[in-house]
Amino acid sequence: MSATTIPEISTSGEEPQVLRPPRWVEGNPSLQQITDEIARPLEMRPGKAWWICFGIAFAALLNLVGMVTYLIANGIGVWGLNSSVGWAFDITNFVFWVGIGHAGTLISAILLLFRQRWRTSINRSAEAMTIFAVACAGLFPAIHMGRPWDAFFILPYPNQRGPLWPNFRSPLVWDVFAINTYFTISLVFWYLGMIPDLATLRDRVTNRSRRFVFRLLSLGWNGSHRTWARYESVSLILAGLATPLVISVHTIVSMDFATSVIPGWHATIFPPYFVAGAIYSGFGMVLTLLIITRQTMHMERYITMAHLDKMAKVTMFTGMIVSYAYATEFFSAWYRGEFYERYHFINRVTGPYAWCFYLMVLCNVVTPQLLWFKKIRLNVAALFVVSILVNIGMWFERFVIIVVSLHRSFLPSSWGMFYPTAIDVGILVGVFGLFFACFLLFIRFLPMISIWEIKGVVRSDSTSQAAGRGGIAHA
Amino acid sequence: MRRNFLVAVFPDEERLMQAVYLVREEKFRIYDVYAPYPVHGMDEAMGIRRSRLPWVALVFGGLGLLFGLFLQFYTVVLDWPMNVGGKPDNSTLAFVPISFELAVLIGGLATVAALFVRARLYPGKRECLSEPGVTNDSFALVLRQRDASFDLSRARLLLEESGADRIEEKAAAL
Repeated sequence: MSATTIPEISTSGEEPQVLRPPRWVEGNPSLQQITDEIARPLEMRPGKAWWICFGIAFAALLNLVGMVTYLIANGIGVWGLNSSVGWAFDITNFVFWVGIGHAGTLISAILLLFRQRWRTSINRSAEAMTIFAVACAGLFPAIHMGRPWDAFFILPYPNQRGPLWPNFRSPLVWDVFAINTYFTISLVFWYLGMIPDLATLRDRVTNRSRRFVFRLLSLGWNGSHRTWARYESVSLILAGLATPLVISVHTIVSMDFATSVIPGWHATIFPPYFVAGAIYSGFGMVLTLLIITRQTMHMERYITMAHLDKMAKVTMFTGMIVSYAYATEFFSAWYRGEFYERYHFINRVTGPYAWCFYLMVLCNVVTPQLLWFKKIRLNVAALFVVSILVNIGMWFERFVIIVVSLHRSFLPSSWGMFYPTAIDVGILVGVFGLFFACFLLFIRFLPMISIWEIKGVVRSDSTSQAAGRGGIAHA
Repeated sequence: MRRNFLVAVFPDEERLMQAVYLVREEKFRIYDVYAPYPVHGMDEAMGIRRSRLPWVALVFGGLGLLFGLFLQFYTVVLDWPMNVGGKPDNSTLAFVPISFELAVLIGGLATVAALFVRARLYPGKRECLSEPGVTNDSFALVLRQRDASFDLSRARLLLEESGADRIEEKAAAL
């Protein structure tokens, strides 16, 4: 578990002293070795650890199916919602899961545009995380509708009810377009990145049925450079499209709140605040997942301490943006002098849900400060704890924004409290089951690290090392 | 359709690159190069023109944007205007997010579709490999023996000089 060690490079006398290039793969594996090591988990029977994790996740998933069935059969009254607090765990979970997805797109698209080569080991699993997280998120608005079988009414299609069109001025309708576009583009981007690897697997599996599936999915890929050239240009275009997309998605999610007049929601800071929070929580989840994957699947060579260190730094940075946004919210509530707004923020720190606020501050403001210390960034166990705290903190952030704002609105006669029911809690737990079951199946059946991108990085690492100077970073 | 090719297999990208430069200097036309990852600098070495796929993204992205604006304008201004909170029917600014999402969606999907069409990739296609290891760890340079003017012995010599592991004449449907 040592940090990446870089062998000394003998520089000739006249060569200027420059920083040694960072290396993102440990050792000097051959191309064959990279294929073997990454394809190994797909070709072996899964170990005991995988079965235990999958068993727990699957049990939670079954619980989700049962709870959602019960919910649909009985209506959303089985949740703890009431006329004061009409949005609670459901929308909290929705915003939480959409946010988780954002780190995947950041790693796969934004870091591609910035030509950050460290993304190559982690982009595939981060993108998978995005897709599963957005799928989890999409569940909540649907089951919150009360009559989920009529969910398609939200789509603008010619109908016999007028035709009655959706109200395109509503951010809730924007959300439908944003989430669906985000899910589709992420899925296409993920699949496109996997085609060369599926071809690699197709050419090495012996099992006939698996070969059939890989052949179907790899679209006849044969490694032609004329195709590679087009492929790379399309990857860049998709990254360029996904970058503003990911920002738009959480901006629109934040507008679900910010365009209303509820104290605590009606703030112009919401879009950037939500986007930063999304990346922060997403990196927390990426860290959690990658630490588990790294330790259980023995991918230390590819997911190095240097990767964890980079992710920890992004987490710390975005965590501080989030902390700054919390402070700004309080400042503007005080400075603007509006009675209800002031009351809301006083209530946030002293009211019945104050403990949620303090938990949130502990997890999102205090915890990321630990990452200043290199000792913590390079300690897998400590990092894992931090990442879990980040996840908890960000869930509570959304809970605080949603429930604390709603439970004390303008008239004291409409004040109320939200207490989660067993169904609320069951669905919260169950959706983690859905997410982890999907992720565990993914690492079992698909290459969780991009084989072709790692090969490119290893090659340019060794050439830049041979040249004894910093290689030009290209993705 | 099976055609005649000369396939040279290389163990690494440096030798491959060298071979590409050598054969192109002698005016051989490179049919294609096969590699397990995109070799940087190969576009220039092979003389591949810049892909025109970005134009597909631009055109279809623009169409998606227009479609989004038209959809919203037609439905809530022309077809069935409704007074929601006293806001104007044509609230153009409120139409921006959905138009943007549709631009990204349609532009992105069209670009990927164009890639698949242009590179002839489709589900169920049987792969035509120039060499079994090109999706794993070997690199292949392929010249096509178009007609009698193809100087086979000269080509062989150049490829051998640049360090090919193996050189084969193949009739294949690449």
